[in-house]
Amino acid sequence: MTTAAKVTYKSKKKNRTGWNILGLLTFVVMGFPVYWMVITALRPSTEILSYHQKLWPSSITFDQFHRAMDMPNFWDNVKSSVIISLFSVIIAIGVGLLAAYALGRFHFWGRRGLMITLLLIQMIPGTSMLIPIYIQLNDMGGLNQYWGVIVVYAATTLPFSVWMLRGFIVNIPKELEESAMVDGCSQMAAFRRVVFPLLAPGLVAASIYALMTAWNEYLFAYVLLQDNDKYTLSIWLLNFTGQRGTDFGALMAGSILVALPVVIFFVMVQRKVASGLTAGAVKG
Amino acid sequence: MSAADTHATEPLERGLVKSPPPAQDRPASGRGARRRPATRQNRTLPYLLITPALVVMAGVLGWPLIDTVVLSFQDMRRNNLWGGTTPPWVGLDQYTTILGDSEFWHVFIRTVVFVVVCVFFTMLLGLLIAMLLQRVSPWLRVMITSAMVAVWAMPLLVSTSVFKFMFDSDYGLVNELLSKLPGVDYAGHNWFLNPTSGLAIIAALVVWAAIPFIAISLHSALTQVPKELEEAARIDGASGFGIFRFVTFPVIKPVFVMTTTLSIIWDFGVLGQVLLMRNNHPEPDYQLLGLYSFTQAFTSNSFSTGAAISIITVVMLSGVSVYYLRQLMKIGEVE
Repeated sequence: MTTAAKVTYKSKKKNRTGWNILGLLTFVVMGFPVYWMVITALRPSTEILSYHQKLWPSSITFDQFHRAMDMPNFWDNVKSSVIISLFSVIIAIGVGLLAAYALGRFHFWGRRGLMITLLLIQMIPGTSMLIPIYIQLNDMGGLNQYWGVIVVYAATTLPFSVWMLRGFIVNIPKELEESAMVDGCSQMAAFRRVVFPLLAPGLVAASIYALMTAWNEYLFAYVLLQDNDKYTLSIWLLNFTGQRGTDFGALMAGSILVALPVVIFFVMVQRKVASGLTAGAVKG
Repeated sequence: MSAADTHATEPLERGLVKSPPPAQDRPASGRGARRRPATRQNRTLPYLLITPALVVMAGVLGWPLIDTVVLSFQDMRRNNLWGGTTPPWVGLDQYTTILGDSEFWHVFIRTVVFVVVCVFFTMLLGLLIAMLLQRVSPWLRVMITSAMVAVWAMPLLVSTSVFKFMFDSDYGLVNELLSKLPGVDYAGHNWFLNPTSGLAIIAALVVWAAIPFIAISLHSALTQVPKELEEAARIDGASGFGIFRFVTFPVIKPVFVMTTTLSIIWDFGVLGQVLLMRNNHPEPDYQLLGLYSFTQAFTSNSFSTGAAISIITVVMLSGVSVYYLRQLMKIGEVE
């Protein structure tokens, strides 16, 4: 018995080195494109447009970033991205929270149907709604206006926000609320004073996920907006490819500028999002 | 004894083994809630709460979807859009034209092959990485997870730009490295001249970008597999693969099936990657279904054709969606 135990223990211990080597390999393969983006953005142009690429830079410069930020419309597009994603997240989370609370705390007729609808909507390809939305906004004078994109983003992130927030609400014990109500709170007051504070981390996670979706979206922004100074940052990246090829150094620097805010936010809340996306947080 | 020993080497993470089958606790809570006397406020309040969400979803998602169907029976073109005139009603013409068009079927078959390849490699590599994450040292797990989270959060056009650069014919690193191999000269090799190799690179990009979500989801599912079960199977003499096949996989199967169906749906919608890789003007050989609908509508300005192609795609995917839904209901997430 003891020998058997020792054998298992030993073989496990020995195996880990092999697994670690495989793990390092995975890390390198997954992370390399990110590394390459960062390193290219930091090296001088002569090294980028060379037929002998080196895996690490000989000198570091912020030239590429300066050139990227000098591209036309950078600050205009930063403004667009911030306005559009901020407002769409506020709408999606505000409206979503109410619906999520209803789904998480009440048993009402049509609840199950609503939940199935939420799931089904997420499975419809965005392109199939793009055409009528484009035509409708054209009729309403909403093309090339922020509000058109904001409304679309708010609606497309809404189903998932509801779904995720509901998961967090379900995990807050109902008893807390009930005791507040016994002590004289109304249902809404109990929500405001008891559930809401406990929900804050979930709210942050859902907001950041919605923010990431809005920030990274490109298709609707590309079609619904038309002026160069109204495009979002995702579309701004298309500027780096011109008739005479692509300015890769500035493109990589620009890519970092676009990706950095969401990557930082997302790293902070990733665990919560991951559990919200799959089984864990969505138990009935 | 032996179980305790092996457990000591396992990293402690995230604490608990979660969730008894939800079926057990769900009916109880449901009954409890229903037994409470429903006040008048309790009956109307939930409807008030969901109204804003319903209005937004019906207006921005539901209505356009119906309108897509209507559009697909009409012939909407640029002049209708600008003149504000009602497009003529053409019945099933759009559908018969599309389904009788051999180009559509080429695009269709290409898309199916593309999706199958992407989903297969995404799920395989995602599962392998998830299992690897359980076996590596904790510090390495943190490193891999961080790299994956960064990849996950990257805007699609950003990751496409990076791949575009790496596979560039003149300044791309891949050609450079391949040429270092003895007897290989890939200097100036254009990967996108041949659509098969071009689409393979786009598939690699899709897989690479999709792996983090799959691997992280499957890894968190794997942490719920009871260690005792695997240990018991091992003591009973099961091989490594046998343990996976009969002990581990059944536990993670719901998450695996869900992520697979989601991947299928997402990969059917691949569009931006091709658009950017081909400098906004994809050749006919690069057309995938999502892109095809988009080009028909916004490049050829035949909005109705684009709408009809979307509807065909949605109908084809509905089988997958229904399957996904049934899986969710089976494991009790929609009660």
